[in-house]
Amino acid sequence: MSKTNKPHSMTETHTHYCPGCTHGIIHRLVGDAIDALGIEERTIGVAPVGCSVLAYNYFNLDMTVAAHGRAPAVATGLKRANPESIVFAYQGDGDLASIGMAEAVHAAARNENITIIFVNNAVYGMTGGQMAPTSLPGQLTQTSPNGRDVDLCGLPVKVCEMLSQLDGPAYIARVAANSPKNVIAAKRAIEKAFRNQVEGKGFSLVEVLSSCPTNWGKSPKDALKWMDSTMIPYYPLGVYKDTSRREIDS
Amino acid sequence: MAKWTIQAERCKGCGLCVDACPKQILRIDPDVINHKGHSPAQMTDETRCTKCGFCVLMCPDCAITVER
Repeated sequence: MSKTNKPHSMTETHTHYCPGCTHGIIHRLVGDAIDALGIEERTIGVAPVGCSVLAYNYFNLDMTVAAHGRAPAVATGLKRANPESIVFAYQGDGDLASIGMAEAVHAAARNENITIIFVNNAVYGMTGGQMAPTSLPGQLTQTSPNGRDVDLCGLPVKVCEMLSQLDGPAYIARVAANSPKNVIAAKRAIEKAFRNQVEGKGFSLVEVLSSCPTNWGKSPKDALKWMDSTMIPYYPLGVYKDTSRREIDS
Repeated sequence: MAKWTIQAERCKGCGLCVDACPKQILRIDPDVINHKGHSPAQMTDETRCTKCGFCVLMCPDCAITVER
């Protein structure tokens, strides 16, 4: 048995991500899920604006790019026009939790049958590491050189907690890509999010905590440690909403 | 019997595989530089490798293959 790690639904192209950026791991998990479900031929991806804007180079799928933050709206249109297709949006925290908040919340409230992979690295990565809505209190960024001041800038947005309060979504989970154990859990969650769409269960969002060694000013190894020590305690991992589980329980 | 292989040109030398390896038998090879300018990871003692695949899981660049 060969254990290679490039899924069939990814291209041979080398990614442009910085060394140690876990975007590459999350791309692979998405590819693995699509391979496992055998939906490569009918999957359409929507790339965001952000570091993963070039995701269409890396996925061997039909891909498009939405205006900043509007990936859930574009995905909604794609899914409604082609109900047989499997549509996913791959968004960062600057895209989904900031400019695209309205689109994400309303897509969830409408229970659109789409899958969103939400990559949260707590900074605006592509533009050089400015403070994002998800930056942690006290976190050093380009625009908060003394640490995020919560009196001035407010507190971070916890997307999973917020969306799980809505009646609409079918599946909301938060996972992390910082250790083999967490990557395996992330793989399961992402696969479930895609399977929900195949089975018509509705809106599924998986938030994946990711590292940004370059903009955090840390080595790749220290960035993963920082996720463990600082980020995961603030953004607890787990399944926040799962309507299929409730059906089993009741 | 080569069972642990790396596509050195894909590797960015981030070292996540080195940290993930439970046997601590991977290292960044300082004597090699690929076309991207990174020093890729290297297997130091394949006889101790258990083929757990943690390096494969943590590699962001799909560079490592483990056959078992």
